Formats: sequence, C-alpha cells, structure tokens
Amino acid sequence: MFDVPGWGGHRAGQHVDVRLTAPDGYQAQRSYSIASPPEDGMRVALTVERLDDGEVSSFLVDDVRTGDEIELRGPIGGYFTWDVRDGGPLMLIGGGSGVVPLMAMVRHRAAAAAPVPARLLYSVRAIDDVIYHAELDRIAAADPTFMPTLTLTRAQPPGWTGLHRRVDADMLEQAVWPAADAPRVFVCGPTPFVESVADILVQLGHAPQHIKTERFGPTGG
Amino acid sequence: MAFVTRGFHGRQRDSAEAGRLPPGQYIVSGFPVLSAGPTPHTALSKWSFSIEGEIDTPKRWTWDEFQALPKENITKDIHCVTKWSKFDTMWEGVSLDTLLDGVDTAAEYVMAFSDGGYTTNIPLEDLRDGKAWVAYQYNGEPLEAEHGGPARLLVPHLYFWKSAKWVRGLRLMMDDEPGFWEMYGYHMYGDPWREQRYSGD
Repeated sequence: MFDVPGWGGHRAGQHVDVRLTAPDGYQAQRSYSIASPPEDGMRVALTVERLDDGEVSSFLVDDVRTGDEIELRGPIGGYFTWDVRDGGPLMLIGGGSGVVPLMAMVRHRAAAAAPVPARLLYSVRAIDDVIYHAELDRIAAADPTFMPTLTLTRAQPPGWTGLHRRVDADMLEQAVWPAADAPRVFVCGPTPFVESVADILVQLGHAPQHIKTERFGPTGG
Repeated sequence: MAFVTRGFHGRQRDSAEAGRLPPGQYIVSGFPVLSAGPTPHTALSKWSFSIEGEIDTPKRWTWDEFQALPKENITKDIHCVTKWSKFDTMWEGVSLDTLLDGVDTAAEYVMAFSDGGYTTNIPLEDLRDGKAWVAYQYNGEPLEAEHGGPARLLVPHLYFWKSAKWVRGLRLMMDDEPGFWEMYGYHMYGDPWREQRYSGD
C-alpha cells in the first residue's frame, strides 16, 4: 500500500512501474497490477507475488518496511480496464496472481455499488493460494449479483465440494454468460492459462474483441 | 527523480550485459507472451501480405508466393517494453527491403496491421536498410501462433510491441498516426536505448 501524493487516479485493471535504485546507481524496474480501486484516491495498493529469483518482487515482499519511499510510475495501460460505466455483464477469469487486476475491478464495482452482474472464475492450485479469500466471500455475501467461483486444481481441503480441475470448455460453458449476452470478459494469468481460456471462449462463440487478456509470464521478475 | 531505494542492492551484474542491455531492461531465457486478446489462428490458405495506402499499385503476396521470396537468417537481441530482453533470438524471414523493393511512395510512415485488429505505427525509414523483416520461423521451427505465427513483423531495434504479431500488411501513410498500444499511452517511436516506453518519454 502506497500513499502517492499527486496520484491522478487510475482505471481498474491498470498497472504501475516500480523502479528500485541501488546505491551504485543500478536500477531495476518491473510492472505490477494495481489491486486497489480508483475510489481509494491517492492510496494505491499493489499485490506482489514473491518469485524466488525475482530481484524486485523478493525485495518488495521481504525488505520493504512501513515508511519506505518507492519510485512508482503510472497508471499504465488503458486497454485491460473496466469502469462501471462500461457496463456488463462482467466476466472475470483469473489464474493464480492473475486475479490482482481483476480484484481492482471487483473492488471498483463494489465501491461504486454498481448493479452490474459480475462473475469471477478463479483458478488456483490449492486453497492456501487464494488471495483475497475473505474479502471475496464478504463482497459476495453482501451482493447477490456478484458470484465468485473457485477451482482448486491440485489439492483440495477435506470436504471440498467445489470445482477441482483446470479450467476447461465445460467449466467455461457453465461459468460464463452465453455469447448472446455479450459479456465483457477479462482473462489474466500465466500464458498457458490465458491462451487456453481465450481459445475456448472464441470456440464458444464469444467475439474476440470482447475478450481482453493480460498475461503474467515467467519473466523472472 | 531517481533516488536510492533503502536496502536495495540488486542482483550481481553481469559485465557481459554491459553495453548490450538497454536501460531498465533485464535478461530472460524464456520467451514471454504478451497480447491484448485471444490468439488468432489464420489458415495459410487464407493468409496474404499486402502493402497498400500511399502506393500507386498495391502489392500482395499469398503464403506460397511469400515463401518463394529470398529469405534471410536473422540473429538479434529483442527488448520488450515490459522490461524483459532476450539476446540472440534466431529468426528466418523476408527482409522489408525485399518487400519494399521498387515501391515508390511519398509516405514517411507505415501502419502495420494484423489479424485480430492489432496495429502499430513505424516510420518507413525504420523498415529499410536491413533493419526489419517479416519472420515466419523462430529457432528453426515455424513460428508458433502465440508468438505471432504464421508470420510477424520483426523490428528488433524498437521495443517489441512494434514487431506486430500475426502481421498481414503495411499501410503507407503520409503522416504519423498512433496504432493500438500507442493510442493507450505508449510511445509513438519506442527506442529502447532512449527508453521511450510511454508518451512523453
């Protein structure tokens, strides 16, 4: 969470560049999705997944303390974005930490109390990998027009009755509004996840221009 | 406005990277994928490459005609605006010098256009003199669809979003116009050595 004096606002789905500078002038930059909604004003939240060989992510997760100053640039990216005025229905499909920009949309929608029907299909390996679990449950409990669905692809806790496989055509046919309803679809996750989901959606008849994608590649960052 | 980040030292630097890695970039060994939408899959029988716009006689090649053009092997470093760079990528394709040979035009810019609706703008002179290709092989194999196959533009001296995936042609223009990412705030030119990532850089 950063206090960003002069932050000019952002759209849900946008990202920032984080730039770190070492004492010898060496710099490392990476892009991170904004997790907070525009309604949070000049307070900007990032959710960073720590990658073992990630020189920026490991610093942000392990070393940053309250009160540190970090150089941010943004907001960046204007395509993978959603505003309540864009309407719906809103279909969000996330794999792993790909849920982060989708969460900004969920939070924006909740903060604006927008009556746009929305669904989130969220694929993770195991229950402990679910980010924002309690918050998603809380938003869903308060709002019958928001429906999150989890699928746990590798390990399920005892008594788990939900989905427990990778996202496939049957799952998407169940989870996604039919193409005739022209849902606005946002897909974010690792490249193979996004490629697979987007291909299936096109096969199910969704117009490619209604499917917006963002890929989190294993880029070492 | 750079200031030293408390506690940050960065990983050990490789001196071999010095002079070869543009500012703000880091090396990857894999080949990340970035696209704004689903990957188009175009049948080779329906594929063609066109040069149109400010040209008296537009040019067009079918896939078979394109394959019959003189081809080149290209080994280049590539630099993505999302900060990754990859050294010594190996491609096979047709030089834009071959495709633009004999094209007499007053145009100074092109808009590359692709299946799926992607576009990107490039000065015409950046496509001439051995600086740009239409590539259809990567590492000796047909270019995979997720990396832009059947064919993509390859303009390695600019950020890689200028190397349009699934490219189907060039529209010659008198004046510069923004393409897809350029309309969303990315730089009109995109020189990695001047770190022209976003408009205003």
